[in-house]
Formats: sequence, C-alpha cells, structure tokens
Amino acid sequence: MLDMTNEQVKKAAEFFAGEIGNLAGSRKIRLMEVCGTHTVAIFKAGIRQLLPASVELVSGPGCPVCVTANEYLDTAIAYSRQPEVIITTFGDMLKVPGSSSNLATEKAAGADIRIVYSPMESLDIARDNPSKKIIFLAVGFETTAPIAAAVVLMAEQAKINNFYVLSAHKLVPPALKALLMAKETHVDGFLLPGHVSAMIGMEPYQFLMDEFQTPAVVAGFEPLDILQGIYMLLQQIHAGVPILENQYGRIVPQKGNVRACEILAQVYERTDATWRGIGSLPSSGLKLRKEYVAFDAKENIPVVVEPTKEHAGCRCGEVLRGNILPTLCPLFGKNCRPEHPVGSCMVSVEGTCAAWYKYGAGRWQG
Amino acid sequence: MCLAVPGKIVEIQDMLATVDVSGVTRKISLMLLPEAKVGEFVLIHAGFAIQAIDEEEVRKTLELFKELEEYARHDQ
Repeated sequence: MLDMTNEQVKKAAEFFAGEIGNLAGSRKIRLMEVCGTHTVAIFKAGIRQLLPASVELVSGPGCPVCVTANEYLDTAIAYSRQPEVIITTFGDMLKVPGSSSNLATEKAAGADIRIVYSPMESLDIARDNPSKKIIFLAVGFETTAPIAAAVVLMAEQAKINNFYVLSAHKLVPPALKALLMAKETHVDGFLLPGHVSAMIGMEPYQFLMDEFQTPAVVAGFEPLDILQGIYMLLQQIHAGVPILENQYGRIVPQKGNVRACEILAQVYERTDATWRGIGSLPSSGLKLRKEYVAFDAKENIPVVVEPTKEHAGCRCGEVLRGNILPTLCPLFGKNCRPEHPVGSCMVSVEGTCAAWYKYGAGRWQG
Repeated sequence: MCLAVPGKIVEIQDMLATVDVSGVTRKISLMLLPEAKVGEFVLIHAGFAIQAIDEEEVRKTLELFKELEEYARHDQ
C-alpha cells in the first residue's frame, strides 16, 4: 500500500532510528511487541540492528498457536482419532506438541486432518461429507474469532448440522493486564497489535492508561510503521506522559470493526481460559453462547482425553511472558528446533523461538 | 496468525466479493464488512474482508514518511 522507493524508506528509517537514539539517551528501555506478526516483521526488517543498545524489544503472548494450552491439543488429537471426525485447522497448528503426540503425526497415521486457509472451507467439507463430523480448531485472537463466529452463523443459515468448533479463542487485553498485574515482567511501553485493533478499536486498551499509566501505540507491520511506533513510544516515555496512540490509522479506526464485534458477541461469550505459560486468566477466552451450543464440539461429541503433561525443561512460558529471551532456554537450538519443536514457541512461524532461530541464528550461535 | 493482506474489490455478488490481491483474484466474504464497495481497498484475513483501508490515511502516512526522507537529506 505504501508506494515508496528503497531510498525513501532508508532515509525515513534513518530519521526514526536517529530520533529514537536521541530520545533514549543512556536510559535502559524495554518495549514489548505483543503480536507475533510484529515479532517476525521486526526480525525480517532488521529493526533490532537499527535501535540503540539501550532499547530492548521483547515479544509478548501474541502468537495464538504458542499460547494454546497442551490440553487443547490433546483434545484435538483425541478427536482426530475418531473415525467419523474430520479436523479442519490452520496449518500452523499441525506440529504443535501435545502431551504425547501432535496433529502431524496423527495425520501421517491416517487421521483425516485438513488444512484450510479460511474456516469457511469447513462448510464445503461438511456438505461433501454428510456422514462425518467436521471440527474446526478455532484458535486465534480478536482478528480471527469474528471470522469463526461468522462461519457459525453461515452454518446455521445453511442448516449444516455436522459442523462444530473446538474453541480456544483468546483475547489480547486480559493477557496484557495479567502481565502488568504479575509485575514479574518489566515493560516500559507496548507496541500493540495492528490487526487485532482493526477489529476491536482503541477503547479496550484504555485501561493501560487508566490503571497502569503504561505508554502504548497501535502500529502497522511495515518496517517504517514499526519504527514510527517505537519512536512514538519513546516520545511518550521521554515526556513522561503515557498516551494511547494509533500509528496505524489507515487500517485501525477508533471504534474498530463494529459489525465484526457484534457478530462475535452474538455467537461467543467470554470465559476463563488457560494460556500456556501464563495459566488461567478470568474472562480471557471465548466459548459459544448457549444459542449456538449445537456447534460446540465439546458439548456434542464425547471424547476421552489423556492426562496432560508439560515438557520438562521447556521455558516457553517465560518466553511468552517476555521474561527471558529464547537463547536462555536450555533446549533452544539443541533438542528444540523448528523441525523438531519441543515447545509451541518453536512451532509457529510467528513463535518467538522460531523467529529467533530462523533470523537470529548467527548471533545466538556466537 | 494475524497476517492480513490488502486487496481491491472488483466485483460484489450478495455477500461475496471478488478481490484483486497483487494481480491474483480470489473470492472473499463481506459478512464482516457489508458496506464495502467495488473499487475500494480492503484488508483480508482468512477469507474475509475485515476492514476498509482509509486511503486518506494512506496518503497522510506516505506524505509523512516522504517528508522524513527530505528531512534526513537536509540533515546530512
């Protein structure tokens, strides 16, 4: 969308980097990019290399695959073993380790697991397979949850009665609140997720100002968007005046997408949810409302799930809370690699450990 | 997972739109953005238009970034 020459981008980046350096001075500043898509964009554009050493970027709990609890994976795996079930899922869920298996292994062993680009494809699969039960693995934040809600409404309208969702949708603001309340992770400012905000708008972040006085900027995903977002955070920190700001006005209106939020609220309601690495957070997840219980896999298809166990030594939880960098985990790059992930942060392309492994290899090996 | 791409709406039939994404056309749902019109740019995620792209804001952002390029040039 932004039609600029490489030279123009370079000059603007130099401006932001210079100003960020001036504003930071020698003060140590820790910023959290909440969204996994930001994490990858920061690595790809080499943004860390442009920043002064005093400005540190840490990743937050913003990769939906990474924060999905083991128990959810174990449930999905147990469903996939039922012969009358077809699982539909986004591709990045396939290699996420459950307690003793993963969906990729089950698929290789014969389970009918299909990768979809859009959950809408689940409805075609349901029509084509009337004797099967189609379960969509509904994972994702506020960007994706309204889409799953819309597909439930489509299924209702088309009277499709063999489509179900297994919901693990999560909400970003409650996770930020939990991080700040735990006081374990020091954050001087948040780079807030652009596309979650395109849906929910600015208001749900107001508590960051009112309760925690923490600088926050919603930012886009182009390298200059991210640099400008960091620059705006530094300006706030320098002035000592936290403000909720929007760098991504071309995509994020103040009120977000009102229609999408209405559809979400029509189909889903808030529920307590377990986040990998963080634990159970009140009202931080979504479950289907009772009016749509006919589409809820757990309420309609009995399943026996193995007892959940976590992987010894994996420090995904601390990585997800922004407490440690991946390189401090004893498994990172050794037993845990993208082709053989132990923890979820190494699985998704947007996982913090996967991004560090792929783009930071030269540095962490040294 | 929150990756989204911009596309231009070239045709609308009921709640389904044909969009042009960098020269490739595909069908998306307008259920979450029913007010979208032919010729507009929208942001697409998982087969749905999720937000309209504000072209005035695009212009302002571009203007700002290009001004910085000028600023950096004079600064040297």
